[in-house]
Amino acid sequence: MKPRPFDYLRPDTVEEALVALAEHGEGARILAGGQSLVAMLNFRLLEPLLLIDIARIAALDYIRVEGGALEVGAAVTQNRLLAYPGLGSEAPLLALALPWVGHFQTRNRGTVCGSLAHADPSAEIPLALAVLGGEVVLRSVRGERRVAATDFQAGMLATARAPDELLVAARFPLRADRRAAFRETARRHGDFAIVAVAAVVEPDGSVRLGVGGIADRPSVRRIEPRGAAAVAAAVNDFAWDLGGYDDMHASPRYRRDLLRRMGTAVIDEALQCAA
Amino acid sequence: MDDHPALDTRLLGKPVPRSEDRALLMGHGRYVDDLPVSRDTLSAHVVRSPHAHAVIRGIDATAARAAAGVHAVITGEDARRLTDPFLVAVKQPLPQWALAVGRVRYVGEPVAVVIADDRYLAEDAAELVTVEYETLPAVVDPRAAAAPGATLIHPDCGTNEVSNRHFRYGDPESAFARADARVAITVEYPRNSFTPLECFVVVASHAPADGSYDVVANFQGPFSIHPVMARALRVPGPKLRLRTPASSGGSFGIKLSIFPYIVLMAIAARLVGRPVKWVEDRLEHLQAASSGPNRVSTVEAAVTRDGRILALSYDNLEDYGAFLRAPMPGPLYRMHGAMTGAYDVANVAVTNRCVLTNKMPAGLIRGFGGPQLYLALERLVHKIAVTLGLDPLAVIRRNLIPAASFPYRAAAGGLYDSGDYARAVDLAVGDGRLAAVQQRQAQARAAGRRYGIGFAAVVEPGMSNMGYLSTMLTSEARERAGPKNGAVSLATVAIDPLGAVSVTADAPPQGQGHATVLAQIVAEELGIGLDDVAVNLEIDTAKDAWSIAAGTYSCRFSPGTAVAAHLAARQVRAKLASIAANQLNVLKDDIEFAGGKIRSRSNPDNALSFTRVAGTAHWSPVLLPSDMAPALRETGVWSPPELEPPARDDRINTSLTYGFVFDFCGVEIDPVTCEARVDRYVSMHDAGNLLNPLIAEGQVRGAFVQGLAAALYEEFVYDEAGGFLSGTFADYLVPTASEVPPLEILHIHSPSPFTPLGAKGLAEGNCMSVPACIANAIADALGIETVTLPATPRRLHAILAGVEPPR
Repeated sequence: MKPRPFDYLRPDTVEEALVALAEHGEGARILAGGQSLVAMLNFRLLEPLLLIDIARIAALDYIRVEGGALEVGAAVTQNRLLAYPGLGSEAPLLALALPWVGHFQTRNRGTVCGSLAHADPSAEIPLALAVLGGEVVLRSVRGERRVAATDFQAGMLATARAPDELLVAARFPLRADRRAAFRETARRHGDFAIVAVAAVVEPDGSVRLGVGGIADRPSVRRIEPRGAAAVAAAVNDFAWDLGGYDDMHASPRYRRDLLRRMGTAVIDEALQCAA
Repeated sequence: MDDHPALDTRLLGKPVPRSEDRALLMGHGRYVDDLPVSRDTLSAHVVRSPHAHAVIRGIDATAARAAAGVHAVITGEDARRLTDPFLVAVKQPLPQWALAVGRVRYVGEPVAVVIADDRYLAEDAAELVTVEYETLPAVVDPRAAAAPGATLIHPDCGTNEVSNRHFRYGDPESAFARADARVAITVEYPRNSFTPLECFVVVASHAPADGSYDVVANFQGPFSIHPVMARALRVPGPKLRLRTPASSGGSFGIKLSIFPYIVLMAIAARLVGRPVKWVEDRLEHLQAASSGPNRVSTVEAAVTRDGRILALSYDNLEDYGAFLRAPMPGPLYRMHGAMTGAYDVANVAVTNRCVLTNKMPAGLIRGFGGPQLYLALERLVHKIAVTLGLDPLAVIRRNLIPAASFPYRAAAGGLYDSGDYARAVDLAVGDGRLAAVQQRQAQARAAGRRYGIGFAAVVEPGMSNMGYLSTMLTSEARERAGPKNGAVSLATVAIDPLGAVSVTADAPPQGQGHATVLAQIVAEELGIGLDDVAVNLEIDTAKDAWSIAAGTYSCRFSPGTAVAAHLAARQVRAKLASIAANQLNVLKDDIEFAGGKIRSRSNPDNALSFTRVAGTAHWSPVLLPSDMAPALRETGVWSPPELEPPARDDRINTSLTYGFVFDFCGVEIDPVTCEARVDRYVSMHDAGNLLNPLIAEGQVRGAFVQGLAAALYEEFVYDEAGGFLSGTFADYLVPTASEVPPLEILHIHSPSPFTPLGAKGLAEGNCMSVPACIANAIADALGIETVTLPATPRRLHAILAGVEPPR
């Protein structure tokens, strides 16, 4: 479990990183917290020729409110965001979801944007971004673009990022209605979710229900809370539409049942939150 | 709760904090990977089979040998040329070398070794080793492997079932004939391991001048495997010097299975002419280090209407994987004398079958045969209660061995030393403990939730009889081979010319705190302080006192090594007493040791300092009693007579001490996730005298977590083609502190009459009891008979799912 040889670059500026990315394209990988990447290198599942370490680019190390969203730079660790003053009141879903990301120790290194770029289908941060209707900011020497979360994650460990692009920030919309709820089932504390569900309340009183761990990416559906039976039926449809994948820890049916049970519960919880 | 009688001791039996912890917690442990190596040491990387079963048509290592920094690529042909196959316990042709020869039989089997300047280069070059495989059908399920016409793992054997023995004790046929009812259950114990934090590490060198090998490795014993390694290397024992490090990152039995790698790195060092170091990584460890054997047991009881068990009949089919590594099939026989567990059952029939499959070879593991036995026996007892409409606890109580029967000779030969099982059960369920769990169950059930209560009663062996494995031979074969028995323990106490006391012993540490306990034993005897005793548990087979039983396994420390240290300390004490009596002009019987003095009991002012008397033995032989040899170095040798060889009728006292564990628990099935959640768990222990209650508690808690792991979390999963699916800790789920429910530990104390310290083993009991206890609770919660372990949410969901809501 030792990686193949690679070159290592630690740029001080985003521009330097982008130039290197433009030059090396698919031969380069971005290293931020390394909590997933380093293990994949050691398993030799990836063989980049160049690692571009962005963890110390000062310009990426910021959390700010801008344009109605909480914007999180690519060097921000998960624990830094969790400790952001006012997170619980400004972005309650993040405050609920982040403690489920790995362990305290891994959150000290793992970054918010790194989790988005890694795009594990059961990870909490991509789920939260999708449910909130957020977006990512991608930059390359060609320019900058913003991509909605639901368009960004393209499948299991796959995203819409072009090889020369750097995910420089994630934008989590700040919502007028702050009602939110999050639930997760994992085999052990800190494991990737078998199924994770998140719900936020829309201005029109409907609920955005998101689920991770059942399809190849987080999925979101708007559900009208017109009584328990209607919600259950809507969540059941959602479960059937997603199907669910099979692995050692969970059958598709188990995943669907978790969505049925946790999905309805998390909708109720969100609706019952103090606004 | 602890009803321990006040021991008349100063240090022994006291909850002394572990002397080891300061260094370990401050990062000052001396683990084998941390030890300095000579600067010309090379790194090894093992190339492993991706196939469960295949013929090796050829290996082309030309490109790898030419790669940067590579010194050699070693293959099975080298192993065959330079070593002999490892000795195995059966007669069948099951040759195993340290590298695959001609055929691979499990995913992860070592096929070649790349030796390079560093591990990175070795792994780069390993990708250039081309092995041409011709794949064969794999056999994964033990029943399929034992069936006629199965693909053969070792074709020369003509069968995968390499041992089949039937035993009969008492008159089981008559008992079954006269029984009111027969109750049978089939259980499967899964494949799992108890993964140490630290994986295997070997540093090997070879001296061409005398053909000797010098190896440092985190081997744990039993040292009966040292001759197996020396034989494989074709050298006499002294030419395989094996040293073990001061600190260990855990073992739980697993580090026995490093031995093929010791031989492998030894020949690698010989071939490259330089020292070779190999550090196993986690992927290698999970797929190929060691596994407990999985077992399919069908056990049937002849019972009376009121739940009395008249006879038991076992059919055990145990799956050892691709090879029968020494000392396998230990798990089938380690519990043999105690196969009736805590119950007074005179009539037993047993069929033991060992089968080979395309899985990693089985090896030592904490619990060693106990978890398999008790899952079958305790699930059966639960089923007897369900079948007869009785309370499970009533069935347990009806069959417990009466306190007046000890020492008790169990049907298959176990000589249970002491105990009061009924009292232990009464105390455990008392004080409202069981009533509280029953109330929780009633409340949960009233609310429509699924909640079950489970029980398990377990007899826990300590210090194995080295002859137990010979029970698998016929009586005639045993007679031809000569008797095997006993379990020799050795410990040495030395006092230097300035009176400093040091101890060495035959039990390398795995984290238990043995150094602390040995200091307690020796300091107690010599009237000195704990800090006055230096304990070194590194083992050097070339210089230390050891015998075949040496090692840290099967709970042999408290009944074995600890006793040897106690005897060594007494021998030293007797010598010091004689010297002092001579100088103080008193009778030897009047001598006492206290507060660093050796003095007259009747006139305490007539005293010498401990160091002064000790110095006399070194500096002033002229002052010694005339019949005394100078110097102070005594080795205590302990070989208890109760460990007799198997009798003609196949009865075998498999262990020296037999502790008792009684557990009960409440388990609720989560209505959302289908997880089995332990609501309350109570564990009662009788391990005789506790040498250090603090350490005992640590051992109980650790075993509990590993029992929980086997019950709910950990499993080595293979697909039908023998592919290995549990290669990372994301797949192989070791419970962490967050997953562990509270544990209530209780003790009573029935000292063993067979050891001078009265202490029994206690570190494995909960590995044996917890899977059975939780499985019984789940059976009770769901009203089901078959509880497949680990009882994962996926499995429980499949039972509970019902018809899926249509779209």
